[in-house]
Amino acid sequence: MTISLNAFLFVSGLLFAIGFFGVLFRRNTLVIYMCLELMLNAVNLALVAFSRYHNSMDGNLFVFFIIAVAAAEVAVGLAIIVALYRKRQTVMVEELAELRN
Amino acid sequence: MADFLFYLFSALTVLSALLVTVSRNAVNGAMFMIMSFVGMAALFLLLEAYFLAALQILVYAGAVMVLFLFIIMLLDADKGRSVRPDRLTTFAAGIGALLLVLGLAYITFGESASPSTPLPEITEMPQNASADDIPFTTASRSFGYGLFTKYMLPFQVTGFLLLIAMVGVIVLSKKIDASGEESTKPRIAKS
Repeated sequence: MTISLNAFLFVSGLLFAIGFFGVLFRRNTLVIYMCLELMLNAVNLALVAFSRYHNSMDGNLFVFFIIAVAAAEVAVGLAIIVALYRKRQTVMVEELAELRN
Repeated sequence: MADFLFYLFSALTVLSALLVTVSRNAVNGAMFMIMSFVGMAALFLLLEAYFLAALQILVYAGAVMVLFLFIIMLLDADKGRSVRPDRLTTFAAGIGALLLVLGLAYITFGESASPSTPLPEITEMPQNASADDIPFTTASRSFGYGLFTKYMLPFQVTGFLLLIAMVGVIVLSKKIDASGEESTKPRIAKS
Protein backbone atom coordinates (compact mmCIF):
# COMPACT_ATOMS: atom_id res chain seq x y z
CA MET A 1 0.00 0.00 0.00
CA THR A 2 1.44 3.34 -1.01
CA ILE A 3 -0.86 5.46 1.15
CA SER A 4 1.21 7.59 3.47
CA LEU A 5 0.62 8.32 7.13
CA ASN A 6 -0.18 11.91 6.18
CA ALA A 7 -3.19 10.83 4.11
CA PHE A 8 -4.67 8.96 7.07
CA LEU A 9 -4.02 11.92 9.33
CA PHE A 10 -5.70 14.22 6.84
CA VAL A 11 -8.83 12.05 6.75
CA SER A 12 -8.79 12.05 10.54
CA GLY A 13 -8.47 15.83 10.57
CA LEU A 14 -11.33 16.22 8.11
CA LEU A 15 -13.54 14.08 10.32
CA PHE A 16 -12.56 16.09 13.38
CA ALA A 17 -13.39 19.33 11.57
CA ILE A 18 -16.78 17.96 10.50
CA GLY A 19 -17.56 16.92 14.06
CA PHE A 20 -16.45 20.33 15.33
CA PHE A 21 -18.64 22.04 12.73
CA GLY A 22 -21.60 19.89 13.77
CA VAL A 23 -21.18 20.72 17.46
CA LEU A 24 -21.22 24.43 16.67
CA PHE A 25 -23.91 24.30 13.98
CA ARG A 26 -26.62 22.00 15.25
CA ARG A 27 -29.23 22.85 17.87
CA ASN A 28 -30.36 19.36 18.76
CA THR A 29 -28.54 17.97 21.81
CA LEU A 30 -28.65 14.42 20.46
CA VAL A 31 -27.06 15.43 17.16
CA ILE A 32 -24.41 17.45 19.02
CA TYR A 33 -23.68 14.29 20.97
CA MET A 34 -23.31 12.25 17.77
CA CYS A 35 -20.89 14.86 16.45
CA LEU A 36 -18.83 14.47 19.62
CA GLU A 37 -18.64 10.76 18.86
CA LEU A 38 -17.46 11.66 15.37
CA MET A 39 -14.60 13.68 16.84
CA LEU A 40 -13.64 10.78 19.13
CA ASN A 41 -13.57 8.52 16.08
CA ALA A 42 -11.33 10.92 14.20
CA VAL A 43 -8.84 10.72 17.07
CA ASN A 44 -9.12 6.92 17.01
CA LEU A 45 -8.18 6.84 13.32
CA ALA A 46 -5.15 9.05 13.93
CA LEU A 47 -4.02 6.85 16.83
CA VAL A 48 -4.36 3.63 14.82
CA ALA A 49 -2.49 5.15 11.87
CA PHE A 50 0.36 6.34 14.13
CA SER A 51 0.45 2.95 15.81
CA ARG A 52 0.73 1.10 12.49
CA TYR A 53 3.31 3.40 10.93
CA HIS A 54 5.49 3.57 14.02
CA ASN A 55 5.28 -0.19 14.59
CA SER A 56 4.04 0.04 18.17
CA MET A 57 1.01 -1.42 19.86
CA ASP A 58 0.44 1.55 22.19
CA GLY A 59 -1.84 3.51 19.86
CA ASN A 60 -4.08 0.50 19.35
CA LEU A 61 -4.36 -0.01 23.09
CA PHE A 62 -5.27 3.65 23.55
CA VAL A 63 -8.06 3.22 20.99
CA PHE A 64 -9.29 0.22 22.97
CA PHE A 65 -9.53 2.42 26.07
CA ILE A 66 -11.16 5.25 24.13
CA ILE A 67 -13.86 2.90 22.84
CA ALA A 68 -14.55 1.61 26.36
CA VAL A 69 -14.69 5.10 27.87
CA ALA A 70 -16.85 6.40 25.00
CA ALA A 71 -19.36 3.60 25.58
CA ALA A 72 -19.65 4.57 29.25
CA GLU A 73 -19.84 8.25 28.33
CA VAL A 74 -22.66 7.66 25.84
CA ALA A 75 -24.70 5.79 28.44
CA VAL A 76 -24.33 8.57 31.03
CA GLY A 77 -24.80 11.40 28.52
CA LEU A 78 -27.96 9.94 27.07
CA ALA A 79 -29.32 9.39 30.59
CA ILE A 80 -28.66 13.08 31.31
CA ILE A 81 -30.44 14.09 28.09
CA VAL A 82 -33.45 11.92 28.99
CA ALA A 83 -33.53 13.42 32.50
CA LEU A 84 -33.42 16.93 31.00
CA TYR A 85 -36.18 16.04 28.57
CA ARG A 86 -38.36 14.80 31.41
CA LYS A 87 -37.95 18.08 33.25
CA ARG A 88 -38.13 20.55 30.35
CA GLN A 89 -39.79 18.66 27.46
CA THR A 90 -37.16 19.73 24.96
CA VAL A 91 -33.77 18.71 23.59
CA MET A 92 -32.97 21.97 21.80
CA VAL A 93 -30.01 23.82 23.27
CA GLU A 94 -31.43 27.34 23.03
CA GLU A 95 -34.35 26.30 25.20
CA LEU A 96 -31.99 24.69 27.72
CA ALA A 97 -29.96 27.86 28.13
CA GLU A 98 -30.29 28.44 31.87
CA LEU A 99 -29.19 26.14 34.65
CA ARG A 100 -31.72 27.34 37.21
CA ASN A 101 -35.26 26.21 36.98
CA MET B 1 -6.04 -2.08 -4.87
CA ALA B 2 -5.46 -1.08 -1.26
CA ASP B 3 -5.01 2.52 -2.43
CA PHE B 4 -8.35 2.46 -4.19
CA LEU B 5 -9.99 1.00 -1.08
CA PHE B 6 -8.45 3.74 1.03
CA TYR B 7 -9.94 6.45 -1.20
CA LEU B 8 -13.29 4.67 -1.37
CA PHE B 9 -13.68 4.17 2.36
CA SER B 10 -12.33 7.55 3.39
CA ALA B 11 -14.78 9.17 0.97
CA LEU B 12 -17.58 7.06 2.46
CA THR B 13 -16.56 7.96 6.01
CA VAL B 14 -16.14 11.68 5.39
CA LEU B 15 -19.26 12.07 3.24
CA SER B 16 -21.53 10.27 5.66
CA ALA B 17 -20.01 12.25 8.54
CA LEU B 18 -20.89 15.42 6.64
CA LEU B 19 -24.42 14.14 6.11
CA VAL B 20 -24.73 13.53 9.89
CA THR B 21 -24.15 17.22 10.52
CA VAL B 22 -26.44 18.56 7.79
CA SER B 23 -29.35 16.12 7.74
CA ARG B 24 -32.54 17.69 9.10
CA ASN B 25 -33.86 14.49 10.64
CA ALA B 26 -31.93 13.11 13.61
CA VAL B 27 -32.86 9.51 12.71
CA ASN B 28 -31.33 9.96 9.25
CA GLY B 29 -28.29 11.44 10.95
CA ALA B 30 -27.95 8.35 13.13
CA MET B 31 -28.16 6.12 10.05
CA PHE B 32 -25.41 8.08 8.31
CA MET B 33 -23.41 7.85 11.52
CA ILE B 34 -23.56 4.04 11.29
CA MET B 35 -22.30 4.25 7.69
CA SER B 36 -19.48 6.48 8.83
CA PHE B 37 -18.51 4.01 11.56
CA VAL B 38 -18.53 1.12 9.10
CA GLY B 39 -16.26 3.09 6.78
CA MET B 40 -13.99 3.79 9.73
CA ALA B 41 -13.87 0.07 10.54
CA ALA B 42 -12.79 -0.56 6.92
CA LEU B 43 -10.00 2.00 7.35
CA PHE B 44 -8.92 0.14 10.50
CA LEU B 45 -8.82 -3.04 8.40
CA LEU B 46 -6.57 -1.29 5.87
CA LEU B 47 -4.28 -0.38 8.77
CA GLU B 48 -4.37 -4.07 9.76
CA ALA B 49 -5.95 -3.42 13.16
CA TYR B 50 -8.41 -6.29 12.80
CA PHE B 51 -9.40 -6.49 16.45
CA LEU B 52 -10.23 -2.80 16.57
CA ALA B 53 -12.25 -3.05 13.37
CA ALA B 54 -14.34 -5.77 15.01
CA LEU B 55 -14.71 -3.64 18.15
CA GLN B 56 -15.68 -0.64 16.06
CA ILE B 57 -18.51 -2.57 14.41
CA LEU B 58 -19.67 -4.30 17.60
CA VAL B 59 -19.44 -1.45 20.08
CA TYR B 60 -19.87 1.70 18.00
CA ALA B 61 -21.96 0.74 14.99
CA GLY B 62 -23.83 -1.80 17.09
CA ALA B 63 -24.33 -0.95 20.74
CA VAL B 64 -23.76 2.82 20.83
CA MET B 65 -25.80 3.60 17.74
CA VAL B 66 -28.66 1.37 18.86
CA LEU B 67 -28.70 3.37 22.09
CA PHE B 68 -28.71 6.62 20.13
CA LEU B 69 -31.51 5.53 17.81
CA PHE B 70 -33.55 4.31 20.75
CA ILE B 71 -33.22 7.62 22.59
CA ILE B 72 -33.89 9.70 19.45
CA MET B 73 -37.06 7.74 18.79
CA LEU B 74 -38.08 7.69 22.47
CA LEU B 75 -37.80 11.46 22.86
CA ASP B 76 -39.17 12.04 19.36
CA ALA B 77 -36.47 14.66 19.02
CA ASP B 78 -37.61 16.00 15.65
CA LYS B 79 -41.17 16.81 16.48
CA GLY B 80 -42.44 20.36 16.12
CA ARG B 81 -40.83 23.03 14.01
CA SER B 82 -37.32 22.58 12.81
CA VAL B 83 -35.20 25.28 14.34
CA ARG B 84 -32.91 26.86 11.81
CA PRO B 85 -29.68 28.13 13.31
CA ASP B 86 -29.14 31.83 12.72
CA ARG B 87 -26.83 33.04 9.95
CA LEU B 88 -24.10 34.21 12.31
CA THR B 89 -23.80 30.81 14.01
CA THR B 90 -23.65 29.03 10.65
CA PHE B 91 -21.05 31.47 9.38
CA ALA B 92 -18.89 31.18 12.49
CA ALA B 93 -19.12 27.38 12.52
CA GLY B 94 -18.23 27.20 8.82
CA ILE B 95 -15.26 29.55 9.20
CA GLY B 96 -14.01 27.65 12.24
CA ALA B 97 -14.22 24.28 10.51
CA LEU B 98 -12.61 25.68 7.34
CA LEU B 99 -9.70 27.11 9.31
CA LEU B 100 -9.25 23.78 11.04
CA VAL B 101 -9.18 21.93 7.67
CA LEU B 102 -6.71 24.43 6.18
CA GLY B 103 -4.43 24.22 9.18
CA LEU B 104 -4.50 20.43 9.08
CA ALA B 105 -3.81 20.40 5.35
CA TYR B 106 -0.84 22.65 5.92
CA ILE B 107 0.49 20.47 8.72
CA THR B 108 0.02 17.20 6.85
CA PHE B 109 0.87 18.21 3.27
CA GLY B 110 2.63 21.57 3.61
CA GLU B 111 6.35 22.22 3.40
CA SER B 112 6.94 21.52 7.06
CA ALA B 113 5.16 18.16 6.87
CA SER B 114 7.09 15.18 8.15
CA PRO B 115 8.32 12.90 5.36
CA SER B 116 6.10 9.90 4.91
CA THR B 117 7.65 6.74 6.21
CA PRO B 118 7.07 3.40 4.48
CA LEU B 119 4.71 0.96 6.11
CA PRO B 120 6.78 -1.25 8.44
CA GLU B 121 6.68 -4.99 8.10
CA ILE B 122 4.40 -6.72 10.56
CA THR B 123 6.40 -8.81 12.97
CA GLU B 124 5.41 -11.88 14.84
CA MET B 125 4.63 -11.38 18.50
CA PRO B 126 7.94 -12.25 20.14
CA GLN B 127 7.81 -14.87 22.85
CA ASN B 128 9.90 -12.89 25.31
CA ALA B 129 8.73 -9.40 24.40
CA SER B 130 9.48 -6.63 26.81
CA ALA B 131 6.36 -5.11 28.31
CA ASP B 132 7.44 -1.55 27.63
CA ASP B 133 7.77 -1.76 23.88
CA ILE B 134 5.21 -4.06 22.30
CA PRO B 135 5.62 -4.25 18.52
CA PHE B 136 2.60 -3.93 16.27
CA THR B 137 1.05 -7.27 15.40
CA THR B 138 -2.27 -8.24 13.88
CA ALA B 139 -2.92 -10.79 16.61
CA SER B 140 -5.37 -9.82 19.32
CA ARG B 141 -2.97 -11.67 21.62
CA SER B 142 -0.81 -8.58 21.74
CA PHE B 143 -3.83 -6.63 23.00
CA GLY B 144 -4.11 -8.99 25.93
CA TYR B 145 -0.38 -8.87 26.51
CA GLY B 146 -0.36 -5.07 26.52
CA LEU B 147 -3.44 -4.78 28.69
CA PHE B 148 -2.13 -7.12 31.34
CA THR B 149 1.43 -5.83 31.51
CA LYS B 150 2.01 -2.20 30.56
CA TYR B 151 -1.58 -0.97 30.90
CA MET B 152 -2.75 -3.04 33.86
CA LEU B 153 -3.75 -0.07 36.03
CA PRO B 154 -5.62 1.83 33.26
CA PHE B 155 -7.40 -1.41 32.35
CA GLN B 156 -8.69 -1.85 35.89
CA VAL B 157 -9.61 1.83 36.14
CA THR B 158 -11.62 1.43 32.91
CA GLY B 159 -13.51 -1.48 34.41
CA PHE B 160 -14.25 0.58 37.49
CA LEU B 161 -15.32 3.50 35.31
CA LEU B 162 -17.86 1.28 33.55
CA LEU B 163 -19.25 0.29 36.94
CA ILE B 164 -19.48 3.94 38.01
CA ALA B 165 -21.22 4.79 34.72
CA MET B 166 -23.77 2.07 35.33
CA VAL B 167 -24.49 3.33 38.85
CA GLY B 168 -24.68 6.89 37.54
CA VAL B 169 -27.24 5.96 34.90
CA ILE B 170 -29.38 4.23 37.51
CA VAL B 171 -29.27 7.30 39.77
CA LEU B 172 -30.04 9.65 36.88
CA SER B 173 -33.00 7.65 35.68
CA LYS B 174 -34.73 7.68 39.08
CA LYS B 175 -37.89 9.67 38.95
CA ILE B 176 -37.81 12.81 41.08
CA ASP B 177 -41.24 13.89 42.30
CA ALA B 178 -42.46 17.41 43.02
CA SER B 179 -41.17 17.53 46.58
CA GLY B 180 -37.67 16.88 45.30
CA GLU B 181 -37.43 13.47 46.89
CA GLU B 182 -36.44 10.50 44.86
CA SER B 183 -39.34 8.20 44.49
CA THR B 184 -38.65 4.54 44.89
CA LYS B 185 -42.23 3.50 44.22
CA PRO B 186 -42.98 2.04 40.82
CA ARG B 187 -44.65 4.52 38.49
CA ILE B 188 -47.76 2.43 37.98
CA ALA B 189 -48.68 2.71 41.65
CA LYS B 190 -49.14 6.47 41.33
CA SER B 191 -51.84 6.59 38.69
